[in-house]
Amino acid sequence: MSFDRRKFNQALAAAGVLSAVSPFASVRAQTKALKVGLLLPRSGIQAGIGQDCYRVVEITNPLLRELGLPALEIMSGDTESNVDVARSRAERLIGEGAQLLVGAFDSGQTTAIAQVAEQRGIPLVINIAAAPPITEQGYKFVFRNFPTAPMILGDAFANQLEVFAATGVSPKTAVFMHVNDTFGVAMQRGFTGVMKKFPAIPYKVVETIAYDPAARDLSVEVAKAKATGAEALILVSRLNDAILLTRELVKQRWTPKAVLSMGPGWYEDQYLKTLGKLADGPISFVPWYDPNKKLAQRLLAAQHKAYPDISLNTNHVYTFEALLVAADAFKRAGSAEPKALADAIRTTDIKNNVSPGPGILFNAKGQNDKLKDSAIQNRGGKLVTVAPKDAANAKPELPMKPYQQR
Amino acid sequence: MPVEIYLNVAASGLLTGLVYGLMALGLSVIFGVVRVVNFAHGEMMTLAMYLTLLLFSALKLDPLVLLVPIAAVLFVFGYLLQAGLINPFINRPEHSQFMLLVAIGLILVNAQLIAFGPDAQGIRTAYSFDSYQLGPLIVDASKVYAAGAALVVAAALFAFFRFTLRGKSIRACADNYQGALVVGLNVKHLYALTFGIGAACVGAAGAMLMAVTDVTPTIGPSYTLLAFVIVITGGLGSMGGALLGGLLIGLTEALGGVLFTPSAKSMFAFGLLVLVLLFRPQGILGRKTA
Repeated sequence: MSFDRRKFNQALAAAGVLSAVSPFASVRAQTKALKVGLLLPRSGIQAGIGQDCYRVVEITNPLLRELGLPALEIMSGDTESNVDVARSRAERLIGEGAQLLVGAFDSGQTTAIAQVAEQRGIPLVINIAAAPPITEQGYKFVFRNFPTAPMILGDAFANQLEVFAATGVSPKTAVFMHVNDTFGVAMQRGFTGVMKKFPAIPYKVVETIAYDPAARDLSVEVAKAKATGAEALILVSRLNDAILLTRELVKQRWTPKAVLSMGPGWYEDQYLKTLGKLADGPISFVPWYDPNKKLAQRLLAAQHKAYPDISLNTNHVYTFEALLVAADAFKRAGSAEPKALADAIRTTDIKNNVSPGPGILFNAKGQNDKLKDSAIQNRGGKLVTVAPKDAANAKPELPMKPYQQR
Repeated sequence: MPVEIYLNVAASGLLTGLVYGLMALGLSVIFGVVRVVNFAHGEMMTLAMYLTLLLFSALKLDPLVLLVPIAAVLFVFGYLLQAGLINPFINRPEHSQFMLLVAIGLILVNAQLIAFGPDAQGIRTAYSFDSYQLGPLIVDASKVYAAGAALVVAAALFAFFRFTLRGKSIRACADNYQGALVVGLNVKHLYALTFGIGAACVGAAGAMLMAVTDVTPTIGPSYTLLAFVIVITGGLGSMGGALLGGLLIGLTEALGGVLFTPSAKSMFAFGLLVLVLLFRPQGILGRKTA
């Protein structure tokens, strides 16, 4: 191919136009969308949960635009369910231009990311992580819109009292069963401590049963719980063991008056799908959404449209709200400069939100301490919110219908 | 605690132990003849469990019916594995055999993770939630059927080794390798056949276990460990020992869980193993080697 003077001049002109336009385009892109580094465990042992959190990304930008907020440019980082990887991915995302971080479901991984965010002066908005120390370090760039473990337990007892009062069913005895891992043991210790602050709780814990998280068979555990004759079963479990426990309850023909869960498993889609009508009845005390709030209804509709087979849950709600906080702060700050963003997040006051409570606002430690948890009950293969009253869309039903009569 | 609780738990432990015994029987048969320790045993069982899951979803056939084709598929898999991969390692050092089988196990786990994902999956039969009440005793129907099938399969295996010419040939290989070669037995073929039979046992056990519990790709290694505990307790290479070991481990775990704490029930199985190793190193029904 020949390259004559005319072609040379055309190429020179094109290069000139490009070089003139490129910096402008770059600046314009920076002010157009905030670059959010979204860190989630999208592979490894927590892959299912990380992928579930990520689902909400697809529906967030259209919702933000409807709210008059700027769209976000999401930069995804996979923590591989590993603390060290979480730290290095946070470093890498910042190096690649992330102006704000969101993440990371797991307390250990979030703690590592928080250290990086603080050192580099980049704001971190935590979507899900309950370990209290994260917001007790005096960090200036770390914000959490998720309840701490003591808040979760405190609300669980408060909501239980509301449920017992509404149904007139007050179990006198209970068995506490928990999975014997870090989460289960921490919840068991917290349960004992926080319960003392609620003297009105009607039941006495007659037996505490810890079980192996990798258990293949929970018949012994259920037999032991049944032998106590307790009226309520209180659980901290995960999905697989929740299914195993329910199967054993049915096979051993034991239906407690109430099955009260303080962890995941009992309200998850797979639990409802696998067990059908046998899944009805348990009440879970979890960070949830207020079905009466307008934004919750919009999120619910958008989620249903994008993923008709997947119910809106904690993972979606709190990841969405973390992105909402980022977009709101970016709009108010009018800049992607990290300090300006952090200052804007500190003064967040979002009333139009999804989770129960007065809204999203942070205390001096960067924690939203006004958040409320909910009590949700499985009914007819669906989930209804039964407490607290202002964030409920149904009345609780106890005692549970015997498994053999379903 | 009421005595019926102990009876219920013991019955459940014995029934589960029978299925575990069948799984361990495969390991014992392979070691008894081929003298290779199958470190991919549990992973092969999860393969059988996933095959059951797939066939159940496609054909809606009961796992007790599916155990026949699944055992056949695992037989072919085991035969080819021994003939193609393991036979060249028969005369190599034990650590080479160990590494080979661990590698096969890892490949199986990761292939299952890619194919089926990390979540637990199960099947729901017509009797999944049924139980039989006999006085104070409540027995899980799925476990009764699975244990019954385990007994039938084990009895068929005993009959095969005792009464058929092929079974006797395999036993001859196990008793005297040189002698078997001298009388003209095709030892490599018989080894592959034995590995296939051991794999078929695992296939049958996997199909039955799907009626009782869920499957995830990562449970394979724990089943391998369980099979080892059972065969070492019962006696490595002894078929009766494997079944007895399964029953004892099932019972020990169940009663240990109810008498002490359920989260430590595996500890009691290992405690029994330590006792056996101390006082009868060859296992309860094992033969002393020279």
